Amino acid sequence: MSGAAIPRGGLAKFRLPLALVICAAVVYAATALGTAQGEQLSWSGVMGLLQRMVALGIVAVGQTLVLLVGSIDLSVANLISVSAVIASHVMNGNTDAIALGVLAAIAIGILVGAVNGVLVAKLKVSPLIATLGVGLVLQGVLTTSYETLAGSVPASFRVLAYGRVAGLPLAILLLIVVVALAGFVLARTAAGYRLYGVGGNVQTARLAGIRTDRFIIGAHIAASVTAAISGLYLASWLGAGTPWVGRDGGYDLDSIAVVVIGGTLLSGGRGGVAGTIAGVFVFATIDAVFNMLQIDPFLGQVLRGVIVVGAVASYTIRTKAHVA
Amino acid sequence: MAESKTWRLGLGTIAVAALACAGLHAARAQTAATNSAAVDKEFAYEQTLMSAKPIGPADKPWEQSLSTNMVDTAKYKKAPPYRVCFSNASISNPWRVVGWKVMQAEADLHKSEIASLSYADAQDKDDKQISDIRAFVTGGKCDVLIVSPHTSDALTPVVEEACKSLPVITFDRNVRTDCPVTAVRTIGGYAYGMAGANFIVENMPKGGKVLMLRTAPGIDVFETRSDAAAKVFKAAGIKPIGVEFTGADNAKTKAVVSDYLSRVGKIDAVWVDFGAMSVAVAEAFEDAGQDYPIITGEDQEDYLQKWNQEGFKGIAPTYPAYQWRTALIAALDVLQGKPVYGPDWILPQPLITSANLAQYVDPKMPPLHYATCGCETLPGYPERWGGKK
Amino acid sequence: MTRGLASLRRINPTILVFVVLLAAICWMSPLYRTPAGLLSLLQRAAPVVILSCGQSFVLIAGGFDLASGSLITLVVVACALITGGDAGWTWVALLASYGIGAAVGVVNGVIVARGKVPSIIATLGTLLSVKGIAMMWSGGAPGGYLPANLRFFGRYVWRHVPLVGRFPVAVVVLIISIAIMAWLMHGTNFGRLLLMIGDNPRAAELAGAPVRRFRMLTFVISALASVTAGILLGGFSGVSVDVGTGYELQAISAAVIGGVVLLGGQGSMLGAVFGGLTLYALFTLLNLVGFPEPMRVAVQGIILIAAAALSARRGRRI
Repeated sequence: MSGAAIPRGGLAKFRLPLALVICAAVVYAATALGTAQGEQLSWSGVMGLLQRMVALGIVAVGQTLVLLVGSIDLSVANLISVSAVIASHVMNGNTDAIALGVLAAIAIGILVGAVNGVLVAKLKVSPLIATLGVGLVLQGVLTTSYETLAGSVPASFRVLAYGRVAGLPLAILLLIVVVALAGFVLARTAAGYRLYGVGGNVQTARLAGIRTDRFIIGAHIAASVTAAISGLYLASWLGAGTPWVGRDGGYDLDSIAVVVIGGTLLSGGRGGVAGTIAGVFVFATIDAVFNMLQIDPFLGQVLRGVIVVGAVASYTIRTKAHVA
Repeated sequence: MAESKTWRLGLGTIAVAALACAGLHAARAQTAATNSAAVDKEFAYEQTLMSAKPIGPADKPWEQSLSTNMVDTAKYKKAPPYRVCFSNASISNPWRVVGWKVMQAEADLHKSEIASLSYADAQDKDDKQISDIRAFVTGGKCDVLIVSPHTSDALTPVVEEACKSLPVITFDRNVRTDCPVTAVRTIGGYAYGMAGANFIVENMPKGGKVLMLRTAPGIDVFETRSDAAAKVFKAAGIKPIGVEFTGADNAKTKAVVSDYLSRVGKIDAVWVDFGAMSVAVAEAFEDAGQDYPIITGEDQEDYLQKWNQEGFKGIAPTYPAYQWRTALIAALDVLQGKPVYGPDWILPQPLITSANLAQYVDPKMPPLHYATCGCETLPGYPERWGGKK
Repeated sequence: MTRGLASLRRINPTILVFVVLLAAICWMSPLYRTPAGLLSLLQRAAPVVILSCGQSFVLIAGGFDLASGSLITLVVVACALITGGDAGWTWVALLASYGIGAAVGVVNGVIVARGKVPSIIATLGTLLSVKGIAMMWSGGAPGGYLPANLRFFGRYVWRHVPLVGRFPVAVVVLIISIAIMAWLMHGTNFGRLLLMIGDNPRAAELAGAPVRRFRMLTFVISALASVTAGILLGGFSGVSVDVGTGYELQAISAAVIGGVVLLGGQGSMLGAVFGGLTLYALFTLLNLVGFPEPMRVAVQGIILIAAAALSARRGRRI
């Protein structure tokens, strides 16, 4: 393993994320001032902007890990729905059942992650197909079992999405914790170091004695758990789990897009959560800015596509190798 | 050797997942006790509303109401011009597109009173709609907030939050709280569903075969429509030959109907919960070289035009797009301190039959236009809605 | 000869599965036991099969095309708006559709081949933009019908044809499309090099294959196939704004079931054709059995995984 393939330390690895965040923030501020909506720059305005990041941000962190090992997870959107529905079904408005609901959602997450991981690592199924297939199975079972809203979360659980600590919304704290945890594991632990190795080159990693299968399965479990947490957050934010919350939210393709915008290679081995969060921030800002500018929603859709491609192309265009 | 082991492992995990799924299914089945008494009551209530006479100007159904209760709005009175904010679930289907144009045209009628109509489109995402509403409230640039929620339950908390800062009007789907000044709605899904089913019961030869086509499971408004139809059929001793979900996709609808035709040979009536698929149903019969059955529909022009042209037995219950006008009218009334119908503003829900079809069908309007837009007198009609003069 | 045998072995299971499904369908419904019934099945399967073939080019060269569903919608909307129901404009609309398709394909190709954006991201971007353009152009609700002579391709059925009775026009379109694409894939140098590019782009380049240009061409082929599918779908079922929704995943699923290995290097047109047919036959069978609709999605998922696992296993053995 050559050290050059693994970005470690220094400010260099934060250059892209920082540039993205600054660009997005400048556009946001300029729009707010230019359209005389200065209130959007107030504390609560900015917190509102950041809260737009939470659901996508949490699952994107998991997606980052999966992409880093050279896999991908298309099942997260449907898993988010499953998690949200299971949680609100188990809690059913009952405060005592919160712990059980959270556990159930996380357990489903672990199970689905393990299935994904085994399909990819052991059965060598293309990760796109494996996770797409698992996602379809989840969707089918979910819509057959729950045709509509299932239960509701108790008011005490809604604190997760609506509560504040010292003026800072809890949800944003949750996102920070998830990001910090993943960032710490990736940058400061041996496991993180090896994870980059697996994504950089599976063969070399295996020859170096890394149990690559375990890392791939582990990354998939981590991704599914973040999806489950996103689902829990959404159940809290929406007050109940809707079976279409993940699919309508487009969290599968969106989470991949923000990770790639943040500079993580789709082929694995390079990138990190800082970039991902920057990508999520860009997406949140797009929504907020389009609202402030009163952009026609159809035009907004066109622009969103252009921005996704443009953002990624802006730095991939210099690569020499062929990409697929 | 190692290979067969991984295979067993893989099959094992899939089996575990399948078991978990089955468990999930069973868990749900246990709790799915429908409150049939409440359903019966709502069914009967909507039945009486359909024959009740609304109050308000006869030529302006969007200003009429079936609920006589008024809400005092003096405390919201303000001097114009008003800044109106509108959080919309989406404009992802033709009905919502027609409706949004209706609201914009209505706003054009009140240019002197409206300073701005700010719009936020949630693209069918509850998550985004909550943030959109919060941004409106934080921005402080709204005198009144109109909300067309994507999912009722999901939007309830944030609407409650918004109610504390400004008057809120909801329409289309509403939220599960009384805090909005008024909730604009039409009679309801039971009335819609029973109209088509009753027509089939009355017009179908005895022992005829009925196919029920549904859009998607889980959406309140569609659920009530099919519940009502199923109830009517059951009371008449009719057992539909099938209930199918088509996702309102024309190709799929056509394929499903063709498959049924090949399976049972002849179908006497097709009930739909959403009129966008009716023409595809008719075409499936054309392509099979069979006579048209009874086909229920909606006020979408392609269906009305086909019905008018081919003369099959049809009926169109409606979900009027003119409620988009009503929502804005209510918002302006509230800011002017005029009392409005509330807490529910129940709009009439016209029923299009062969007797009054001529009044609604208009070949100059595009196929995906909705005839109950109430927009014929609005600025820009018909071009604004894609029609020809 | 051995290569021919090997590729035959690779696609064998799909054809078998298709035959089994078809037998089940015939057993379930007498109408499919006649040539006319089978042809009508083929008529309805035609869009998916054509999409699957087009998608295969992209997949074999190592890419992905998620934009096909949106492009179908754009084509149907464009045809409705250009003709406005007037039969005289049909040929203009058809030409314009293929023009639009080629343009979308070139854009995808340039972004991937020149911009080096991974195709899943690039085509996700075009998916959004193309759908947005369709909605903007039509204002959200297309303002016209498709004229009968445009719907001819997807809908018309010749009657009183000797031997088979009824013969859908769409089947002719299907056969011509498959013939063209099969020739491109298996009868030209372009096709042979594609397999090489998908397997190892670096090596293919060193061997003198114009990797970028060929990759770009695969997106154009896929887009043109989408246009053809769009014309058939619009013809079959008329105008709507979500006519193309979900077809990109169906196309990819069909190709995978047919044994096109994702991320390149393997696959054949025969496999893609039978992948598409198998997927459609499966949907038809589940429909005939009366399987609850949402569970059909789950079955599609399981079959997808099984097909991919099977081809991964066979791939390792060979």
